[in-house]
Amino acid sequence: MDITHHHSNNAKLVCQGVWKLFGDNAGVFLGSYKGKKPRLKDVLDAGLIGAVQDCNLEVNDGEIFVIMGLSGSGKSTLLRLLSRLIDPTAGHIYFNGEDLAALSNKQMIEIRRHSMGMVFQQFALLPHLSVLENVAFPLDVQGVSRAEREKRAQEVIELVGLKGREFYYPAELSGGQQQRVGIARSLAVEPDLWFLDEPFSALDPLIRREMQDEFLRLQKLLNKTIVFVTHDFDEAIRLGDRIAIMKDGSIDQIGAAEELIINPSTDYVKEFTKNIPREKVLTLSAIMKPPALDVNRFCAQFPANTKISEVSQVLYQSDQPVEVVNEKGDKLGYVDRESVIKVLMSGDF
Amino acid sequence: MHAEHSTRTDVLLKKHPYAFIWTLLAMLTAVLMFLGKSEVRWAFKVPRELRLNLKSYISDFMDWLVNSADLGIFTFYELTRGISWMLEKPLDFTTGILATGLMSGEGSNAVQLTPPLSWLAVILVLVCLGRYARDWKLAIFVGCCFAYLALFGQWQSAMVTLSSILIAVPLGVFGGLVLGIMAHRWRLFEKFITPVLDLMQTVPVFAYLLPILFLFGFGPVAAMIATIIYAMPPMVRVTMLALRQVPDQLRDLGNMVGCTDYQMLRRILIPTAMPSLMVGVNQVIMLSLNMVIIASMIGAGGLGYDVLTALRRLDIGAGVESGLAIVVLAIALDRLSQALAKKRTKIRDSSDSQHFFVRYPYTCLCSLILVLITLIALVVPALQVYPESWSLTTGSFWDDLVKYININYFDELEAFKVFVLLNILVPLKRFLLALPWPMVIVAVALAGYQLGGARLALLTAVLSLFCAVVGLWDKSMITVYLCGISVLFAAALGIVLGIIAAENLRFGKMIEVVIDTLQTLPSFVYLMPVVMLFRVGDFAAMIAVIAYSIVPAIRYTLHGIRQVNPQLIEAGLVSGCTDWQILTKIKLKLALPQVMLGINQTVMLALSMLVITALVGTRDLGQEVYIALTKADTGKGIVAGLCVAFIAIITDRLITAAVDKSKKRLGLKQVN
Repeated sequence: MDITHHHSNNAKLVCQGVWKLFGDNAGVFLGSYKGKKPRLKDVLDAGLIGAVQDCNLEVNDGEIFVIMGLSGSGKSTLLRLLSRLIDPTAGHIYFNGEDLAALSNKQMIEIRRHSMGMVFQQFALLPHLSVLENVAFPLDVQGVSRAEREKRAQEVIELVGLKGREFYYPAELSGGQQQRVGIARSLAVEPDLWFLDEPFSALDPLIRREMQDEFLRLQKLLNKTIVFVTHDFDEAIRLGDRIAIMKDGSIDQIGAAEELIINPSTDYVKEFTKNIPREKVLTLSAIMKPPALDVNRFCAQFPANTKISEVSQVLYQSDQPVEVVNEKGDKLGYVDRESVIKVLMSGDF
Repeated sequence: MHAEHSTRTDVLLKKHPYAFIWTLLAMLTAVLMFLGKSEVRWAFKVPRELRLNLKSYISDFMDWLVNSADLGIFTFYELTRGISWMLEKPLDFTTGILATGLMSGEGSNAVQLTPPLSWLAVILVLVCLGRYARDWKLAIFVGCCFAYLALFGQWQSAMVTLSSILIAVPLGVFGGLVLGIMAHRWRLFEKFITPVLDLMQTVPVFAYLLPILFLFGFGPVAAMIATIIYAMPPMVRVTMLALRQVPDQLRDLGNMVGCTDYQMLRRILIPTAMPSLMVGVNQVIMLSLNMVIIASMIGAGGLGYDVLTALRRLDIGAGVESGLAIVVLAIALDRLSQALAKKRTKIRDSSDSQHFFVRYPYTCLCSLILVLITLIALVVPALQVYPESWSLTTGSFWDDLVKYININYFDELEAFKVFVLLNILVPLKRFLLALPWPMVIVAVALAGYQLGGARLALLTAVLSLFCAVVGLWDKSMITVYLCGISVLFAAALGIVLGIIAAENLRFGKMIEVVIDTLQTLPSFVYLMPVVMLFRVGDFAAMIAVIAYSIVPAIRYTLHGIRQVNPQLIEAGLVSGCTDWQILTKIKLKLALPQVMLGINQTVMLALSMLVITALVGTRDLGQEVYIALTKADTGKGIVAGLCVAFIAIITDRLITAAVDKSKKRLGLKQVN
């Protein structure tokens, strides 16, 4: 399959055959394969560490793209490649159609100053600056005047709900508040592309949940293109429009949560999705049966993208099935008790 | 029977291969020593063919450098004189302001243009600084320290010393910062500077006084250059370390917001590393003060000169007084700089535009004090120069104390001294001097191989061989003996004190105050009480070295034990360990790497002190350097200095390798 010239028009960020091998002569090693893909074993035998291997992905305009993997899977390296904090050993990364690797340092600085923002796992706040100064820092670096940058900083601080804390130092804030500062700072330049590197991993579970909601609220408001890295599959499902699952430096599968659960492409993906409460992820369209003449009495009507968990109560109270329709109201099929129970019981359907 | 025996040795050999080699080495050494000088002369006296006349090469090179080296536009001599001229101006200025008054004209024709600052004004400004840096407590403390200097008639000398510190410290800090940043930026430069720093920090100070004397002449400027060179290496190291410790995420942040290289350094790296960098600044201040007395040997005036002349006259009273003045100055500056380092500026809301006086209250107050008191002092001369009739002296008290001790306790002290000398020091010295030198080198190399592999073995062998071929083997062995015995005592005492301090909270707090104070004392100060009680010789030197070098042994033991994972102690408790078992089987075992690092530091301090004790009459490398200094024999001084440095480096590398090994075994360090 030739993917070189084939990507959808609304792709903001495209990553093509990207490799990152650590070790001496990694480039020479990869070159000797002349575009073919070496096996993981060959990489290891050459004394190299294959942090990212032949990754292909597209991040569409306005979507939340989650990169999910356990520690050592290469997800952070991939993020650093996408933001060109490190250079790939091979492959190309296009941002708005421009090859990042071909840009000069100066051009890259320009792009980062105006079109990219990043939120870090450990917050990466500058300890000697106040909240206001931290948030205004990216603008300060660009040389924006004091009054202007502080006005803008004030706006984003209010956006993330930290009004009144402008003159605190980072050390005087809780973890959740610190990450709000991190988020505000990354938004100060109004980036096109928003990177979040495990932003909530360092937080307590309750705060994490709260921050995820906050994040979704912000995204509804701002509609950014987002690359979100996490090791938490629940988080990935909750936040991601699409999820890429990584293992040993390669992407096992890319797809919406439902897709990963219904059609896991590898055992690894299956293992991950096994313990996920299906009824909260799967929609009616995944389990509905086609319209049948003998089934014509329904207790209710639901759109196809309704989560199963939302109809189980209805089905429990009535012995009639629910009817499934699309957004225009066309009848697509029906879901009965039996099929819901199947999902709840075993996961096989 | 025979076969069984041989297999047993085989097993033994496999289990403890090094034990076998060590035994073999010991036996071989014993044979050589039995044969003696008459049979195997080469083993005891380094043969003439192997000798390297390094010192005359160095002396010749220095001569050439000063007399005929030409750098094109100007000669080397002109370069060094140019540097001294550039440093002389600011130094003259601060000395003028603080101590002598600004002068115009040369030498004895000089005319005083303005008087120096009034002592009262200086004290009040420092009180303000103390209040600004932390609180009233510090302000009063600093005020008392400087009032002490005035009260005991040390004001003039103290201000001369202070003015050279005021110039040397910023230069040392700035130079260290620049070199540290360069090392951080360019790996190659780091590779070059690291061994240079190792050498700088291990070569005894005396050794580089000589080339400086040669290049820059005798006087306050040369002394200041020596001070800067001495105080700068820790700043370079601290800078490198501090920049390296900046979290990667902050670097990523800098890149992601589009920082240029300069912005990255100025806006992210340096501010984040600031707390660590301030530790370096404090180090520079303390080392500069430590250097005060030594620098007076090549022309620094002030307190150091007073101590040195008093010491030479054996005028204990005057020496103690000036020495205490240095200590007081050191403690005051230490506390002040630490407080400034920890100080956090209050965030100002940029929107409110306060009046200048409200915004900078301290600056205004200090200016007011200076102007007002200077004006009053024009009328009241007692404010200008501290009147002699107001000053106290404790000199006679110290003299009397020494007399009293020497009259009443002479026999006890003498008996103790003779006992230790005869039973420990002299036999050990004789034994070490009797060892055949090739065997010692082999032993050092073998230790290197056992602890760190072939590279370490090569390094230790070459460095120890150096001491032999330059003809300083005997003096090196005396250095090893004096240093070794002192470290042994210091470590034994220090570890015990450290353990007690770690186990007993109250004692721990007390001892931390004591060692903090001990660490601020310049090394020379230790000599005075020792000379008072034990006069000169190896024993006096040993006591001074122990007193100076015991601090890290205590500190590292204390910290090492406190750092032991509390879960492991609980695990011990649950398994029914007694307190003694917990201490010996858990805490000490796990604290061992830390304790060894402490001993390493003790060795380094001991070696640096040992050279200074040459002043009280030892016969080691220190004496060699000191003699070279008095004769201005550059080559001799540098070679002897290098020998001391190499002994220090060998010990350091061996101990560090041992620590790494035990850390790996204990799983305290990730194996790469």
